[in-house]
Amino acid sequence: MSYTFQFGVLAQYQDQILSGIWLTIKISVLSIILGCAAGIGLASVRSIWGGAVRFLVDAYVEIIRNTPFLVQLFIVYFGLPGLGLRVGADTAALIGMTINLAAYSTEIIRAGIEAVHKSQIEAGEALGFTRFQIYRHVIIVPAIAKVYPALCSQFVLMMLASSICSAISTQELAASAAFVESQTYRSFEIYIAVTLIYLVLALALRAVLAVVGMWLFGRRVARRTMTALPEVQA
Amino acid sequence: MTLKTFGLDQFGFLLFSLQWTILLTVIALIGGGLLGFAVALARTSQLKPVRIAAATYIQIIQGIPVLMILFLSYYGLSLAGFELPPLFAAGASMTVYASGYLAEIWRGSIQAVPKQQWEASESLAMTRLQQYRYVILPQAMRISLPPTVGFAVQVVKNTSITSIIGFVELARAGQLINNATFQPFRVFLAVAALYFVVCYPLSQLSRLLERRLHAGSSR
Repeated sequence: MSYTFQFGVLAQYQDQILSGIWLTIKISVLSIILGCAAGIGLASVRSIWGGAVRFLVDAYVEIIRNTPFLVQLFIVYFGLPGLGLRVGADTAALIGMTINLAAYSTEIIRAGIEAVHKSQIEAGEALGFTRFQIYRHVIIVPAIAKVYPALCSQFVLMMLASSICSAISTQELAASAAFVESQTYRSFEIYIAVTLIYLVLALALRAVLAVVGMWLFGRRVARRTMTALPEVQA
Repeated sequence: MTLKTFGLDQFGFLLFSLQWTILLTVIALIGGGLLGFAVALARTSQLKPVRIAAATYIQIIQGIPVLMILFLSYYGLSLAGFELPPLFAAGASMTVYASGYLAEIWRGSIQAVPKQQWEASESLAMTRLQQYRYVILPQAMRISLPPTVGFAVQVVKNTSITSIIGFVELARAGQLINNATFQPFRVFLAVAALYFVVCYPLSQLSRLLERRLHAGSSR
């Protein structure tokens, strides 16, 4: 093999790569906030109301978790305009990521809620807590603290999966890599560089999430967040 | 020019392409299973450098997008002078991807076998190989089954990413049909439905195995 690597040519495309990184960070952070909020909401209404609401939430979770993210993006980006909703590539990416992450968050938080022991709730009642107080202090906050590391792993996986949005022409990091590749034909160099950038982003995101976890739930949860690897959700 | 509509013929093409999705999944699970098993053993090795190397491998694979693994193997293989059809790049990247996750799942399963089992088998003068073969792995296998089946669902879904390098599996077939019919909503819903038909039973199986595994325990 007589190939000489030339990483130098990448320097002049710094701006494209930086704007790709910025969009990746933006859609990832937004979809994490929105998806997590939706997950908390859906897991809550599911456990409070039961019945048809539970069925609908569960159906949503199962449908999203058993179909590929790429196909979900295609439906949002190519399918929605047919229904009269025209969305740009960035918005479609954000919608797709949020819908996807909301389903996974719901499933993870549901497991946390179901792990809260009945005696805890009874203890809350015995202390004269209102139902809202019980829900807040006894159920949802401890539930999230418990599953926080798993939740964070899912967030990191979502950030990595945002690269798939390049398939619907969202100009995030993977798309900027493809652009530089088409300009320079230095495919191997650019993809190695961008892969390293993703690796750094994943580590940085995990560190940020650990700090947030420390602030919200204390040191023990933060430590578990740092060491937890993506748990595979069945 | 008249546009085709999404009918039985097109659905037949989707079904046909589903075979490639399944073949790719099988390749990924077999290849990734072999590689992942080796990494899992290395990860639980008695030698620290081996353990660290395996942990680094897992961290890297789990810290980069599947799409990047795909591009690196696609361009890497052609750079190394191989003129191969996309199936090889797709199969290689899915294998590497699966190995990183299966290794971690199986490491967890091996370490979930109680320590006393190691001690008891050691006191029976078993060699390390015998310990693995007769005591640890049979138990670890039982523990690992639910998450492994669950991971198979992830593999089925992630094979769709190989459509980006032009490998014609189910997602790519959907795109091709959409280009001919321009009925994206219908076409991609059909594609999603086919993925669901494959993935949902696997998810349920994983859940069933999980329940059965914990049948005797407290909760």
